[in-house]
Amino acid sequence: MMHLPLLPVLVPLVTAVLMLAVHRADIRVARGMAAMSLGGLGIAAILLLRQAGDGTVAAVSLGNWPAPFGIVFVADRLAVLMVATTTAIAVPALLAACGGLDRRGRYFHPFFQMQIAGLNGAFLTGDLFNLFVFFEVLLIASYGLLVHGGGPARARAGMHYVVLNLVGSIIFLIALGLLYGMLGTLNMADVAERLSVVPAADAAPVRTALVLLVAVFALKAALLPLGFWLPHAYGAAAAPTAALFAVLTKVGIYALIRLSSLALDAPPGAALLSPWLLPVALTTVAVATAGALSAVRLGTVVAHLLLLSTGMLAAALAEGGVPMMAALLYYLPHTTLVSAALFLLVAQIAAARGHSGDRLVREAPMPGRAWLGASFMVLAVAVTGLPPLSGFLGKVMLLGAAPPNAAGYALWVVFILSGFVAALGLARAASTLFWERAAPAENPPVPAPPAPRGWAGPVALVLALGFVPALVLGAAPLSAYARAAAEQLAAREPYLRAVLPAGAAAVAREVRP
Amino acid sequence: MEALLAIGIGTLVAAGIWLVLRERSFSVILGLTLLSYAANLFIFAAGRLAPVAAPLALPGAETLADALPQALVLTAIVISFGMTAYLVALALRAKGETGTDHVDGREDGP
Repeated sequence: MMHLPLLPVLVPLVTAVLMLAVHRADIRVARGMAAMSLGGLGIAAILLLRQAGDGTVAAVSLGNWPAPFGIVFVADRLAVLMVATTTAIAVPALLAACGGLDRRGRYFHPFFQMQIAGLNGAFLTGDLFNLFVFFEVLLIASYGLLVHGGGPARARAGMHYVVLNLVGSIIFLIALGLLYGMLGTLNMADVAERLSVVPAADAAPVRTALVLLVAVFALKAALLPLGFWLPHAYGAAAAPTAALFAVLTKVGIYALIRLSSLALDAPPGAALLSPWLLPVALTTVAVATAGALSAVRLGTVVAHLLLLSTGMLAAALAEGGVPMMAALLYYLPHTTLVSAALFLLVAQIAAARGHSGDRLVREAPMPGRAWLGASFMVLAVAVTGLPPLSGFLGKVMLLGAAPPNAAGYALWVVFILSGFVAALGLARAASTLFWERAAPAENPPVPAPPAPRGWAGPVALVLALGFVPALVLGAAPLSAYARAAAEQLAAREPYLRAVLPAGAAAVAREVRP
Repeated sequence: MEALLAIGIGTLVAAGIWLVLRERSFSVILGLTLLSYAANLFIFAAGRLAPVAAPLALPGAETLADALPQALVLTAIVISFGMTAYLVALALRAKGETGTDHVDGREDGP
């Protein structure tokens, strides 16, 4: 199983290509292939979790080219955690999409598989240019998924999303060119090693390249002031797509974590994040909370909650230290899974209400509101961090790791207030959706019956709801894993030595003019 | 030669930024194209500009050009070409759906 880290990329990639070959066949063929691909991914994720669980950092050199020259895939604890989270979200998202969304265009399933391949590749690659390529793979798939199903709102949001991300890609390319010109390498481990021997005269361009990289990752993570696109785009996306997109912002957070663990503690990159990341992250949390409170559609509320969680993760990253990172790595899968479940729930509520969709206006009681309301309560409690669910555990870990200084107190105040206000916003939304009834004159009865609903959406929602008890009952092993991952990141040596074995590091390099 | 290339890249970036900030989707697409040209030239320059270096390992060559930036530029060109094609298609569709080529999808702005 030497090539195990390649499987999470190869399985969906090959599946997507095969799907294109048979795209004229019945949709059930594509669905079956997608299910098989997710089954394979699940097995690969479990095997990788077992492998990484004992601290092994598995590195695969493509084509057996030695590390600084060839592309490497590295499966350490952090990367495997992200791959497992992606796989876990893909299952309910795919199931919900099979409820009819995938019929509204021909290429939903290939896009979906390419999206997963891009995500997993971005998590597993050990090369910065390869990271760029996988970013593009996941972005082009997300462009297709975002506008899937059509409509003016999606076309407009898609336009903004694509232009923003293309500008981000160009800045990424410029940063990579600068970094390669200065260091002569783009292998992440090799970059980390060579940063320590950068001459003082070259420090400024190298630092510029790192700043550009951080800016790009902050754009992907939707940190303010680069995050205003997120509620707009995610609110317009179809529910299964939005659920999968919950992982997309986490790619930015992942890249920031990776970069900060490898490159931002040595002199050229030192103190690059710390002065401004915490204020920016806390502002993101505050603005997202206000946005959740002022949104007029439930989908936009959930998109703002996703933005809020990104801000919290970035604040934890800004604080740093092993306990904080451990809390971050527990909170990250929790918030991703719960946000995805919320997006699926929004679609169910909108379908049940028919006429007014997910707009927060009073309407006649919807069918099945008992179980939809109960699901809403469970997810709202989880996402706002109220006891006893996993959000509370994550928040306690984050707050417990905050240091007793000004920054730590700011973290406390913002996290607790934002949780309170978000709970208030969700409670208000719930009372409008589930309790208040429209007066007959205010809102005449809708002639059109709600669209017929299959079993796929509710089953997907139940599956996604299952994440919440799983995260609570599995809190001990998950937090132990997160702690070990944080320690592995802080140690750095296991990652560097897995990619560049001791002795092989002394590669002859030409002297560059 | 370095100064000439730097001025060229700078001009492309300046024109690209100006166009990206325009309000019609066609200008934005042109701006993104110019920006990606600038990025490609910049990566190419990261391999150092050497007029006498052989591009490949030719017998008797004194110095060799760095082949990696060329490979990176090829990848970047292919990707930006594909992205631009997609963006053009999306802009056409947005024009069809919203009836305007304004980037906000309506004439009077937000």
